[in-house]
Amino acid sequence: MASSQNWLLRPFQERSTQLFLGVLFTALVVVTFLHLFMPQDSALHVSAYTVTLLGKYLCYALLAVAVDLVWGYLGILSLGHGAFFALGGYAMGMYLMRQIGDRGTYGDPVLPDFMVFLNWDSLPWYWQGFDMAWFAFIMVLLAPGLLALVFGFLAFRSRVTGVYLSIITQALTFALMLAFFRNEMGFGGNNGLTDFRDILGFNLRTDATRLGLFIATGIALAIGYVICRAIVASKLGRVSIACRDAEARTRFLGYRVERVQLFVFVVSAMLAGVAGALYVPQVGIINPSEFSPLFSIEIVVWVALGGRATLYGAVIGAILVNYAKTVFTGVMPDAWLFALGGLFVLVTVFLPKGIAGLLQKRHKTKPDDDTPTRQEATA
Amino acid sequence: MSIFQELANRDQVFDFLAPVQSPVDVRHGPILYMEDVNVSFDGFKAINNLNLTVDDGELRCIIGPNGAGKTTMMDIITGKTRPDTGSVWFGSRHNLLTKNEPDIASLGIGRKFQKPTVFEALTVFENLELAMATDKRILPTLTAIMKPEYRDRIDEVLQTIGLQELRDRLAGILSHGQKQWLEIGMLLMQKPRLLLVDEPVAGMTEQEMERTAELLTSLAGKQSVVVVEHDMGFVRSIARKVTVLHQGSVLAEGTMDQVSNDPEVIKVYLGEEA
Repeated sequence: MASSQNWLLRPFQERSTQLFLGVLFTALVVVTFLHLFMPQDSALHVSAYTVTLLGKYLCYALLAVAVDLVWGYLGILSLGHGAFFALGGYAMGMYLMRQIGDRGTYGDPVLPDFMVFLNWDSLPWYWQGFDMAWFAFIMVLLAPGLLALVFGFLAFRSRVTGVYLSIITQALTFALMLAFFRNEMGFGGNNGLTDFRDILGFNLRTDATRLGLFIATGIALAIGYVICRAIVASKLGRVSIACRDAEARTRFLGYRVERVQLFVFVVSAMLAGVAGALYVPQVGIINPSEFSPLFSIEIVVWVALGGRATLYGAVIGAILVNYAKTVFTGVMPDAWLFALGGLFVLVTVFLPKGIAGLLQKRHKTKPDDDTPTRQEATA
Repeated sequence: MSIFQELANRDQVFDFLAPVQSPVDVRHGPILYMEDVNVSFDGFKAINNLNLTVDDGELRCIIGPNGAGKTTMMDIITGKTRPDTGSVWFGSRHNLLTKNEPDIASLGIGRKFQKPTVFEALTVFENLELAMATDKRILPTLTAIMKPEYRDRIDEVLQTIGLQELRDRLAGILSHGQKQWLEIGMLLMQKPRLLLVDEPVAGMTEQEMERTAELLTSLAGKQSVVVVEHDMGFVRSIARKVTVLHQGSVLAEGTMDQVSNDPEVIKVYLGEEA
């Protein structure tokens, strides 16, 4: 057990976190090096397209870590985390829209193109302030955080758990999707927000900005991972596991289960929001399809594939599945969903602890040690 | 000048204004006092005019046939079930009917469930750590550190329940009896004034039962203990005072010998078994 006095520093003493951060930073450095210093025609050159693709995977990885925090350690299967991801994305998208200024098709200095198109004469109140980066970045955390706070407060106070909670989260993201599809909402309706130009004054279409975003995403993933690890390794993390496994017992010990759930849920929603905010400038668009229930279910599949309640498993799962998706949709676009479903079935049957469980089995130093590890016991 | 300040401090002049966070007041005798409690579920009267007092430091056994209302009574004391009428007091200060489960737990009422519930994915040590009487709010829990005195306290309880050897093993691998002891240990970590123990020896071997009896009798005196049990042999081995519940109210109360010679009791309960 780690012995650091400061809960935030505790993860740095863990072998697994050191290893994770080591691998992540090595990958960032290698990709940066291969992108900048390898000649264009070299086989080792990493193109700007690939850098952005990898950046997208890292966003998904951060989102998967957020889901694993609530599902793996708190036992709350959220089938609506896409909503928090999309809200973070929309906050960032609104900032990027305001940065376009008068360079849009209609050349209006304040109003985004779609508002001019809808004959709106002024900016809605909730678009105010998004021209300032600091405000938008705070909203990236605040919008998903507040939604999670209100939703979680009502759900956990009424002791809604298990499959009922999953269904409600699903309904939440579906309702938001329908709302954001409406033009009157003022978020670009069906088309969403797109045609971005600059972020913090850097042109989004240059390779240097794309590389910068990739590195920023990597750092965000590292920070998000450390925060989750710090929570998990703290006494609060053990209380979360206690809530997951025996809620009534935890309550009789004097813990306020609904507050523990609310706290972890809000932290997770904020991390998902950050992932969404970093995703939008890299893919160049945000539209209501990110709210779709299917996407939220897919996130859960990543975590299940990688290995629940390990955090690093979520990262592995998110990157592998999305890499497979990129390859598959290139070769046989129609077969992707079948492949994903098949993969999920195979892993559930043959690797119930996911890829992380496989790694742990390999890694075990003493083969005759019959003490189950924490993950094995929880799986 | 300072006298005026003291007089201005309303809490000290009118002590009833001070927040009621004080330890349990047992100067007037009982630590637990239930009067005229009624509960019905869909018309079925689970508890029917129940009157029960438990003195400080007492070890009380509660017996009764299935459906006598034993578990419902525990639910009422711990705040899980609200009675329709009646009053329940902890000491003479705390009205338990106005409090929720975590509040009641932090006042010093610990409960052991019928089925052993320990956190199987955590180690024995961590189980006890979570049960420790500390600040249970979110941020203090997040930043909590393992102080040496906490460690000593946990080791002391490990000694009491005899699980030192299994300190760093996952609670999930413990045997049934060991889980029961761990759960009692978790209650002890809370430093409760009143322990409610629901069927502690169900499914235990003879030896485990003996150890549990020893454990519970050693706790009485320091804590008040209320044991609900089916096993008459076990009750006989630990009981000083026995309460018999029947159809939601007290049928008889007294020593084991008095109770087991009571014709009413023989009729509804012991007679059934014999």
